Amino acid sequence: MPSVEILSRVQFAFTIAFHYIYPPLSIGLGVCLVIMEGLYLKTGSAIYQEITRFWIRIFALIFGIGVATGIVMEFEFGTNWATYSHYVGDIFGSALAAEGIFAFALESGFLGVLLFGWNRVSKGVHFFATIMVALGSIFSALWIVIANSWQQTPTGYRIEGEGMQARAVVTNFWEMVFNPSSIDRFSHVIIGSFLAGSFLVMSVAAWYILHRQFTKHAQAMFRVGLRVAVVAALLQLFTGHRSAHYVSKYQPAKLAAMEGHFDSLAVADMYLLGWVDQEKQQTSGIKIPGGLSFLTHGSFKTPVQGLRATPEADRPTAVNFVFQTYHIMVGIGMFLIALTLLAAFLLWKKKLFDQRWLMMIFVGAVLLPQIANQVGWYTAEVGRQPWVVYGLLRTSDALSKTVTANQVMFSLVLFTLVYVLLFMLFLFLLHRKIQHGPDVTQNEEEVSDLYSKRNINPIH
Amino acid sequence: MATFLSLDLATWWFLVIGGLITGYGVLDGFDLGAGALHLFFNKEESRRTALNAIGPVWDGNEVWLVIAGGALFAGFPLVYGVILSTFYIPFMLFLVALIFRAISIEFRSKEPMRWWRKLWDISYMASSTFITLLLGLILGNLIQGLPFNEKHEFTGTLLTFFNPYAILIAVTTLSLFMMHGAIYLTMKTENRLYAKLTVLVNNCSKFFILCFIMTSMATLIYIPHMTQEFKRYPVLFALPLAAVLTVLNLKRNIDSRKYFTAFVFSSITTAILLILFAIGLFPNIIISSTNPAWNISIYQAAASETSLRIMLIIAAIGTPLVLAYTLFVFWTFRGKVKLNEMSY
Ligand code: HDD
Ligand code: HEM
Ligand code: HEM
Repeated sequence: MPSVEILSRVQFAFTIAFHYIYPPLSIGLGVCLVIMEGLYLKTGSAIYQEITRFWIRIFALIFGIGVATGIVMEFEFGTNWATYSHYVGDIFGSALAAEGIFAFALESGFLGVLLFGWNRVSKGVHFFATIMVALGSIFSALWIVIANSWQQTPTGYRIEGEGMQARAVVTNFWEMVFNPSSIDRFSHVIIGSFLAGSFLVMSVAAWYILHRQFTKHAQAMFRVGLRVAVVAALLQLFTGHRSAHYVSKYQPAKLAAMEGHFDSLAVADMYLLGWVDQEKQQTSGIKIPGGLSFLTHGSFKTPVQGLRATPEADRPTAVNFVFQTYHIMVGIGMFLIALTLLAAFLLWKKKLFDQRWLMMIFVGAVLLPQIANQVGWYTAEVGRQPWVVYGLLRTSDALSKTVTANQVMFSLVLFTLVYVLLFMLFLFLLHRKIQHGPDVTQNEEEVSDLYSKRNINPIH
Repeated sequence: MATFLSLDLATWWFLVIGGLITGYGVLDGFDLGAGALHLFFNKEESRRTALNAIGPVWDGNEVWLVIAGGALFAGFPLVYGVILSTFYIPFMLFLVALIFRAISIEFRSKEPMRWWRKLWDISYMASSTFITLLLGLILGNLIQGLPFNEKHEFTGTLLTFFNPYAILIAVTTLSLFMMHGAIYLTMKTENRLYAKLTVLVNNCSKFFILCFIMTSMATLIYIPHMTQEFKRYPVLFALPLAAVLTVLNLKRNIDSRKYFTAFVFSSITTAILLILFAIGLFPNIIISSTNPAWNISIYQAAASETSLRIMLIIAAIGTPLVLAYTLFVFWTFRGKVKLNEMSY
């Protein structure tokens, strides 16, 4: 049986990675919904109303699973990481409490109005509810990312007690909130979420366009998605660069792992693609010589601190993993910029929706931001090892002391089964909803066609 | 420790968490109870009506659990870690049940197939019942105390949790929530379903009163530390008295079919029962059945003063906001349920 530590880490990684499929979609869809409904209020066009309603139904599905899996995360700190909870409770707790009271309550409260309120409240109030839900989901990300950023770059605290009784205590709330990495990381995470949501919208729209269904609706959706995506893709490069900058300053060992850079005296190259041989402590691949030196110091000649400068016990072990996940993220980031710029250009030339090959790419491209979001977190979290709170508390010291390997094995197997089932159900229902499409009122031909062909009841 | 209005910060925070748990009990209590009764309704339309009665609010209700969890983490990090890691397996099952409940409500009406709906109906009822029982079981064990050593480490096994007192509390919680949920549903329904519910409410209230009497006696006889505080401050005896009066009133209102008033009284009942337990525990949160010296008091467990102060400010700003939109949502969806194309 693997150790409690390994099992708890695997369980945490698995459950959070699964949770993190949904929030980025909700956050990104939230923004798209605000734009769609705003356009409906502005133009009064039925198409915008219908696509808003369509996406609200998908939003509800995603949101529901996001909430269900999120509650698991909140309690997992206590179940599996009791020592960590005690250590960071003073700091982390206030962020989590603020998240609950400011963000989740806002979201869940107005969600009811968003979903069921069409006939109960005025258009304006409904729009207000949509905005509140979107804002609520952004706030939830805010607090949880602040808590995580404090673990990456702790500030505004003092250590009280000793040994296993030690804990971090807040000395300055605002310093804790605005620790050196929170703003860069929050903006990076939120924009990553905008990409995830807008690419989902564009993917479904492109699928309709390819199948010549709901064409007008699909084009309207695509335009909304593309607007968000172009801006987000460009901004993501900027915020990613800011993140890399803070990493180079505060977590040099992580930066060295991200680029597979071992030797401190050497000028650091930047790899486009590569492989790290951990045994030999060597990295090979296609590179820009001196690139990393340039990015961190503004000069191609200045050496960058390598992995060997950090004692073996204090540096990440999975160097190749961090290297690869980081490069996948950056690669996807670059590709998304090119893709969205090209689409925007073609839209401007009024040729976009005739390019079937491009529509095909967009159908599949929904996976790319998801992958980038996942591997981004793997880089940040695996690169932070062996620390759970950087430089202060080791992951191996953070466990619950009374929990046994058997218990964790039990819960891990349980969650694996439940989540696999959940994911299959999610895909099934999402697929059905997409097949069903928006409820079209003014174009009778298309509607009757769809219902007779598939023989689906118009239920939601 | 610093004080505010002559209570120290740890006590304030104990009150805040107590308030949040009470809010959770009152609010999620009725939708969990409605879930536990779900299979008593046999018609498709009744089931959909019952689901849509809680549709716009259940998610908001559940947030009180999330906030209470966050507040416990923030206010008493030590206790948060001890409780969750002690009840490791029960909590994991609880979380899985919460997932099933959420998706049952969400997925059930999304497909027309009969087997599909039936499956989710069963899952909805089973998970609602199971969640309620687990909450009661955990509460019962916390009231009674568990074997902890001097390092606050739990020394029992999974079987330790299944003692008669905790099981009694679990059943009482279920009876309370079922009654609370049934009353809520009568307020939201009409015609045949309503007629059926009036009978159900009656039976639930009898079941609850039976459990209430048994729990009161068991607590008086077997759980001496629950009554200590009352002996010290006899004025506190007003509370059990109030509990009895509330329950009697509740029954009277049900009999005369004043369901809104009955709902208010069943909410008050939930609150008073939780307050009684809180007074019994205070100033401890965790009771060690091996040695009272190893109890964890709120002072040992509290977060730093700075943190408690900041969070009280957060709570002071946040709570009115939460109450405001909770009221807004309940107001928007007031009245009897009408099914339409956006319903579950
Ligand atoms: C505020 C806290 C917080 C937040 C917002 C996240 N994590 Fe994290 N993560 C932790 C707090 C944490 C932790 C509790 O601190 C862990 C558990 C063990 C460890 O070393 O750090 C951790 C570990 C951890 C690991 C395992 C690393 C290892 O053991 O080698 C992975 C892969 C992730 N996380 C992934 C994610 C993803 C995909 C997130 C996106 C939502 C995420 N984390 C957000
Ligand atoms: C370990 C860290 C995390 C914990 C403890 C956590 C906790 C939770 C909880 C308890 C919920 C349900 C709230 C409710 O009942 O409404 C939730 C949902 C949510 N979480 Fe997380 N979460 C974590 C990571 C994240 C991250 C990193 C993000 C965003 C970047 C995020 C964004 C959201 C959002 C937007 C929701 C609302 C539901 C949804 O839109 O899917 N969470 N989370
Ligand atoms: C365009 C080039 C990009 C660069 C240079 C970049 C850079 C970075 C860096 C350096 C980190 C690590 C921060 C840390 O360790 O704390 C990071 C993390 C992350 N990245 Fe990127 N990134 C890019 C694109 C993307 C894209 C396109 C997405 C998603 C759509 C994304 C999502 C994430 C996420 C979710 C994290 C983890 C959260 C965090 O630590 O901020 N990134 N990124």
